[in-house]
Amino acid sequence: MQAQSMHFRPRAAEALANETLQSNLEKFNSTGFTALRGKAVSEFGPELFEKLRGEGAAIRDRSLANLDAWIERFEAEATRRGATVLFAETREEACELLLDICRRHGVKKAIKSKSMLSEEAGVNEALEAAGVTPVETDLGEYILQLAGEAPSHIIAPALHKNRSEVADLFETRHRAPRRTEIPLMAREAREVLRGHFLSAELGLSGGNFLIAESGSGVIVTNEGNGRMVTTLPRVHVCMTGIEKVVPTLEDFSTLLRLLTRSATGQPISNYVSLFTGPRRALDRDGPEHMVFILVDAGRTSLVGGEMQEMLRCIRCGACMNHCPVYRAVGGHSYGWVYPGPMGSVLTPSYLGLENALDLPQAATLCGACSVACPVKIPLPELLRGLREKQVDRGLRPGNERLAIRVWSWTARHPRLYAFGTGIAARVLRLLGGRDGLIGWLPFGEEWTRERFLPAPRSWRTFRALYAARRRRRQSPRGA
Amino acid sequence: MRVGLFVTCLVDLMRPSIGFAALKLLEDAGCEVVVPATQTCCGQPGWNSGDRRSARELAEKLIAEFEGCTHVVVPSGSCAGMIRAHFPEVFEGDPGMLARAERLGERTYELTEFLTKVAHRPRVSATFEGTVTYHDSCSGLRELGVKAAPRKLLAKVEGLELVEMEECETCCGFGGTFSIKYGDISSAMAEKKCAHIRASGAQAVVLGDLGCMLNIEGRLRKGGDVKTRVLHVAEVLAGER
Repeated sequence: MQAQSMHFRPRAAEALANETLQSNLEKFNSTGFTALRGKAVSEFGPELFEKLRGEGAAIRDRSLANLDAWIERFEAEATRRGATVLFAETREEACELLLDICRRHGVKKAIKSKSMLSEEAGVNEALEAAGVTPVETDLGEYILQLAGEAPSHIIAPALHKNRSEVADLFETRHRAPRRTEIPLMAREAREVLRGHFLSAELGLSGGNFLIAESGSGVIVTNEGNGRMVTTLPRVHVCMTGIEKVVPTLEDFSTLLRLLTRSATGQPISNYVSLFTGPRRALDRDGPEHMVFILVDAGRTSLVGGEMQEMLRCIRCGACMNHCPVYRAVGGHSYGWVYPGPMGSVLTPSYLGLENALDLPQAATLCGACSVACPVKIPLPELLRGLREKQVDRGLRPGNERLAIRVWSWTARHPRLYAFGTGIAARVLRLLGGRDGLIGWLPFGEEWTRERFLPAPRSWRTFRALYAARRRRRQSPRGA
Repeated sequence: MRVGLFVTCLVDLMRPSIGFAALKLLEDAGCEVVVPATQTCCGQPGWNSGDRRSARELAEKLIAEFEGCTHVVVPSGSCAGMIRAHFPEVFEGDPGMLARAERLGERTYELTEFLTKVAHRPRVSATFEGTVTYHDSCSGLRELGVKAAPRKLLAKVEGLELVEMEECETCCGFGGTFSIKYGDISSAMAEKKCAHIRASGAQAVVLGDLGCMLNIEGRLRKGGDVKTRVLHVAEVLAGER
């Protein structure tokens, strides 16, 4: 996927002005995943859920502490069961490995269920360039492929589109009468996709988890397409990140309870599919060849560093659902595969700090994300850590750094500070005029464009008033 | 009990009355209150901007100023959170300062938290005619767990009726420097907050942080709402408005 993460500002401005998006976000905010998660947590029992979050975080930490060992175990177990395990260090390598498989098996068409890593690697573009037709079969992803757009949410990729836009799209692309009832539209997509399911030679899925002890991959989905993709074609390729490995099936079951509740508020998703090797002699269905492409693409660079906790992520999307910035500007503003708080950590980590300058800054550090995170990733702390790295590498504007330095220096000199704030109180109060509202400030347009700045309520600062009061009380003639 | 009042830079400059209201509440609760004259800023702007050195310098200064107090009380969840939750992070790798930061952090409280948890006899004798809604500021709520305390105290105010708004725990969009780096996003978030306030039908929104206060009031007024009052919880509790 072509990264647009350098353009957060203009993209966010566009998003704020986009009425369809805003009305979709409004609906999403009031009736969407946040409310569903809240309900699921209260049904589960908030205290128990807290405990589960702790267990989830511990499992992920345990997996990451010995990542290499668990990956090796996974490789051995998967291989023993007839699967092939390939490793790709980069996103490009991941595509090359996949294309190589396509060539060897004469693949003309590849059907896909959701794979975030394939978005990272730009798999669809690579397949098309090599003459293989990729077909997204997750309904949201399918809509976006028809529209030529990128996902704007990791769980609900077509969140930014409304029903009538999709109706228009289906009418033109399916060359069928316009339908606006959602069940009918879904049926129409299903009928189109059915042919692809039956004719594709290769199915490409992602992997929510890799289970080391059994060599299984797992996908957690709500649509039946995942099962078709992983069982119908001759070849099944599961492409996912190396960090997705967990030691045991027991660990997986704990994380699954967290994942579905955090993502969509479901106690369990409609489908949980484990795939362990290709079809065996007595199996009635399943692929003839099963390949895992495990991709690093920057993951190991986070291991052992300040951002390691980010690798706990199980891709539930709760952080963006709860993020007030995401809820205002939507997913496309973030400019790469992962939007919201997780994206603001992952994008600069994987693509380079200098290629996503706004992302760590575009957060109020309100903490709603880390409270919702099923594996307790301290997202605000990680964002703050990235800001520190930006400063250390000289990636922040000079005037901003100077302003902070001047502020801090002044604040360390109380007399000077008192003098400065004394003047500021008077000037701001004058600017506020009779109604006490400042409509324009030098260097403060960002504040005042769509807000007033309420002026100081007093001509004097607290410190000045307090000192005067103490003098009055202490002087013999006072009071 | 020798309580140090850290008024915060924003109260000092923008709303001195809140500092006096906090002072009154603490004195009414029977505390001996000291207000170190050299206090300025807790260092949060530097910390949140990634300038650890600036944050460190101001944190050291604040610790030195307040170490002599049995408690530190702050009429702001955000600045209290900086001291309690983040000062120890600021001094990571410096055992001496870290220990001092932790000792001070343990004794630092947001105002309503202190009044309900620590003060021996919190007294609220204020009256308020009308309905209010409470906005939970992010740091106070999620870094310090301040949720019930302000509501418990507001319930003691004669005549005051609290109506909860939708999404009272959602950020108002202030976020410190975020508000001047991304003014359009920040304002859009503030507008959502204002819509919830309006929908609650309350005559006033009460909150515990100056940043949110300026942001919400600024957006309400810009939107033409000159009626809904924006009040700090200390002002309401002290009856000084």
